[in-house]
Formats: sequence, C-alpha cells, structure tokens
Amino acid sequence: MGKTLLDKIWDAHTVRIEDGGRCVLYIDRQYIHEVTSPVAFAGLDRRGIGVARPSQITATADHNIPTLNQHLPIEEPESRRQVAALEANCAKYGIEHFGVGNPRQGIVHIIGPELGFTQPGMTIVCGDSHTSTHGALGAVAFGVGTSEVEMVFASQCILQTKPRTMRITVDGALRQGVEAKDVILYIISQITASGGTGYFIEFAGSTIRSLSMEGRMTVCNMSIECGARGGMIAPDEKTFEYLRGRERAPQGSDFDAAVARWRELYSDPDARFDKEYHFDAADIAPMITYGTNPGMGMPVDSEIPAAADPKALEYMDFKAGERMLGKPVDYVFVGSCTNGRIEDLRRFAQLVKGRRKAEGVTAWIVPGSKGVEAQARAEGLDVILADAGFELRQPGCSACLAMNADKIPAGKYSVSTSNRNFEGRQGPGARTMLSGIAVAAAAAVTGRITDPRELFGF
Amino acid sequence: MSIPKFVTFTSGAVPVEVENIDTDQIIPARFLKATERKGFGDNLFRDWRYDSENHPVATFPLNDPRYAGKILVAGRNFGCGSSREHAAWAIADYGFRVVVSSFFADIFRNNALNNGLLPVRVEESFLREIFDEIRRDPSAQFTVDLDNQRFTIVSSGASAPFEIDAYKKRCLQNGYDDVDYLRSISAEISAFEKNRS
Repeated sequence: MGKTLLDKIWDAHTVRIEDGGRCVLYIDRQYIHEVTSPVAFAGLDRRGIGVARPSQITATADHNIPTLNQHLPIEEPESRRQVAALEANCAKYGIEHFGVGNPRQGIVHIIGPELGFTQPGMTIVCGDSHTSTHGALGAVAFGVGTSEVEMVFASQCILQTKPRTMRITVDGALRQGVEAKDVILYIISQITASGGTGYFIEFAGSTIRSLSMEGRMTVCNMSIECGARGGMIAPDEKTFEYLRGRERAPQGSDFDAAVARWRELYSDPDARFDKEYHFDAADIAPMITYGTNPGMGMPVDSEIPAAADPKALEYMDFKAGERMLGKPVDYVFVGSCTNGRIEDLRRFAQLVKGRRKAEGVTAWIVPGSKGVEAQARAEGLDVILADAGFELRQPGCSACLAMNADKIPAGKYSVSTSNRNFEGRQGPGARTMLSGIAVAAAAAVTGRITDPRELFGF
Repeated sequence: MSIPKFVTFTSGAVPVEVENIDTDQIIPARFLKATERKGFGDNLFRDWRYDSENHPVATFPLNDPRYAGKILVAGRNFGCGSSREHAAWAIADYGFRVVVSSFFADIFRNNALNNGLLPVRVEESFLREIFDEIRRDPSAQFTVDLDNQRFTIVSSGASAPFEIDAYKKRCLQNGYDDVDYLRSISAEISAFEKNRS
C-alpha cells in the first residue's frame, strides 16, 4: 500500500518509536515568539543546559507588540518585559531573532514562508497552534506547548503520537467573490470545530490547487480550528516558484536539487487515508460566523440556524433564524496569520478603492510582517487605503488575540479576518464575526454585514 | 527535573458542564504575559469566574463552595483552540490533578500530560453519569487509578477504563520528564542527523 504525504515526511523524521507508539520526532525548524518561549528558556536555565541546535531556530516578536509607533518603547510593562526577555534569551543562546523594527520582523507564520525558512518536506513546530500555516508549502508543521518548545531546545526532538490521516478534497471552480478564507470556514462549518481532532489533514483537489500560495496558507492556517494537528498541501510548481529566490531558501543549483527532492512529496495514488471528505466548490459562498467557535459559520446571506447553540447566541446577542445581513458592525480587523499577507491587503485595497470607510466603524488594517508592510507601501496600497479613510498599521498579531492595545470593547461587534471567534478572544466581552477579506471590506464601507457580491458587483 | 508522581487518589470533583471549552476561556490571552510559570491558577476561567467588576460569579462552579476536589469534569472537546500550555498550568496550579471529559483537544492533552495533569477520557454516557452523580451529591467522591487505568464513581461503584500510552503512563507514575529522556538519547539523535545528511 502506498504512503500518504504525512507518512513520507513523518517516517523520514522518526528517530525511534517508544512502546505505546510515541515517536521521537526530529524537528527541522522551530519558530519561537515571546509568549510561549520564556518558561522554556527558564527550564533550560534550571537544568543548566543549552540549546542543542540554535541555527535551526528562528525567533520573532509578534503577539504582544503595538501596531502603531513601534519605534517607541512598549508602554505596557509586562508586554515590554516579555519582548525584552525574548531578545535576551536569543542573544544568550545564539538564536537568530527578528525583533521589533527589524525589516524581517513579523507574525511568525507570515515570516517563515516569506523568508524561505519554511520548505517542503520539513518538520516544523512552534509554540503556537497556527503553525499549521506552514503546511501550505508541503511541510509537516504543527503547534506545540511550552514543554515541547523546551524539548526541541534541549534535543531538537519531541515525543509525539503519529496523527491519523484525513484528506479533504475540494473540486471545481470557486464562485465569483469566494476566496480561500471562505473555503476553510465552509469546511469547518461542515465538519465542526472538533471534526479534525486526532487527524492531520491533507487538502487536495482542483480548488485547492487553484489557490495561490497565500490562499493555501489561509486554508492550512485554520486546520487547528477543526481540531486537526495540522494541515498540508502537496508542493507543486506554484510552491517551487514561490520559494525560488527567497532569502533563506536554497539558491542556484542547490535550489534545483531541492526541487528534485520536493517533487517526490505527494500521497501515493494507492495511499489510504483514515478519513476522507469531498466538497464541491460550487457549494461555497462568502462566509461569516455567527457564534463563538469557528465551526459556527454560514453563508453571509443566510439565516442563523435554528439549532444554533443558545449559549453562543446569548453571548453574541443574536437569535436563531435571524439574518446576519444588515447587522451593525463597530470594528473591522484585517490582518493576522490567517489574512495578513500581501495578497490580502491588495484585495482589501482594491475593494475599498474609491469608497469611504463607514462613519462609526473603527478599522485596523495590520500587515503580517515588515516585508508585507514594505511591499504594500511600494505598491501604493497605503495611499489607496488612506484615500478611503483607512490607516495601514505596523505588523503584529494585534486584535486577533488582543494581547496588545488593539482590543475590541465589551459588547462591540467586530468583523475579523482572523481565525478565532471565541468568547473574549478580541477583548473581554468582544463579539467577533470571522470572515474573509471581501466580507470585511463590505462591512468596513457600509458599517453593516453586507453581501460583498451585491456591493462590489462580483 | 521531574514532574509530580501520580498516585491513585479519591477526591471530590468540580463540574463545568460546558462543551467546547477553549483555552481562551481556561486562561484569557491577557494573562499570558508572565515570563515565569507561577500564579496562573488565580486566573483560571477568569472571565467566567469573575464579572467585569472582578466580583466572583456565584453560579460558576469554581465559586460554589459545595464543590471541591482535585478533579475537574468538563463537557466534550475540552481544551480546543490555542496551544498555550498556560491552560494546563492554570488548571494544575489551581490544584487539579485530573480533567475528565468525553473528548480532549490534541495539543491540550499533550500539554496536560507534560505537566503531570492527567486527562481522563470517558464515554459520553459515562460523563453524563458523573455529572448526574455530582448533581445528586455535590460532594460525591471519585477514584482515579492510573495503574489500572480506571475511573470509579465511589458511591455506585460504576467505573470506566481510560487510555494512556505506555510511555506517558510510566512518566506520570515515576515523575519522569521528557526533556531528561530526550537528552539521554542524544547520541542516537546525533546519529540520526548524520545518516540523513
């Protein structure tokens, strides 16, 4: 029987298997950030040991940092201390660190692919559940806890049970106005927020292939939102072209040799998956969530399901059977490791061009990295945004989890291109509706939940 | 370095009868700013436990004096969402040694095991029995036996098996920690690296 893509990469990185099935898995690259690393570094100190392979670790500050005036010291003392601790720990252990102000700084899952650190066939971990993003390049990438961060520091390995395999195939052409975010919100709404638990997903099919690399990253990013360990897409010509010439990708003849290896990374035709789903792209509409987990999503123009969780509806102050269209919106957040790439900013700018931000809407447009920010400015997107009443901020995780000052006030409604609509995720009492770029743009210029297909004439 | 050894115990339980409890509820992001691992238990379930003026919410089980013990019982898909190990730290720091649910999110499950906090997965019907038992008698006692991998409702004697892999079971029983183990096989890891390059 053939092997799945997960089998091929996982097995090639298994150092040994313990009784009971736990694998000692070798990790090619670990990304770290300021929130989930300090206790792991403290563990090393307590043990009196060092970092085994510092050159295989990349650090950046993203979760806690302000998205305005990054040249000034961080105001909040605890955030400032955490960011300073990362810098000090990296200096101490010889780990490359892209701190605030560094031209390579950004959200850890944006800069990994952008700089070419993330490559097909790798095993990648980070103390962050959205590490699944890197699977878009054909890597086995998943989030881990701080104990596991420390394990990788100490040994370059972790102990993991091999996940079961799931393939989600989406075929057909996407309808006008439907984007990668809608695809993944649709999938999660179908299989629920726990439907992927215990599995590692491979996304396949003509719809997935047709997505840009950025779109593929948006899809893989949210694998964890259905509970999956990770999600991945077999690398293809798009992947290789995306990586060609990137700073930390192999260069010249090394690149060609790498591509030859990467071409072997696919699931064999006779490989069997533990679970398979098939979806038709024609069934997918622009999506929005109405509840308090990412599985509570629906087409933007439909009604909140009669069977919706009452606790979630109470928190959101919505009623079963109501339409979402026309509901007022207080905040719009564009950014995060889900939708903070250049393609996302281009799309948002193109849609709001020649229009005006609605009165009463506070909009935060946050690039995913300094690289994305520089590219956006080079393309004049900041000017288009400014003309429409929007400000391009500076990179960071921002309102996705509201660890910095970008918090949605209690009771306010936010249309957010991020990945989680949990209670209080964007600030205590904040009410989050997840969407793609087009639904967010439509909300930003109308101040209400609006069908982007009608507004923008898709 | 070690984690606390896990020995069989009998205790009361605190029921949080909610499904899909994500780690943002267990410990909200604004409490993740510490650079040391201490005091997270104070903010366990912060926004459910306290209102916006920081007054305890009387109806929340952690504030209900009828419930006490080292066992947290929660609805299915416990610990979903963010990978923050702070969630496991907060639960352990509060004083729990066991979380019982009918389904755990993967990352949380691993994080718990790495901190000597035992996730006990039982069938949905048995979870209902446990909740019913606590409703009937808020001070109901339960026995967690790791050696025999059984969870027992003391009053009725009803019990259910739970799974744990042999390696992790040994770690919990003996208080071993994974970093020590991985460092003990560093020669094997170096050999592996050499072979693949």
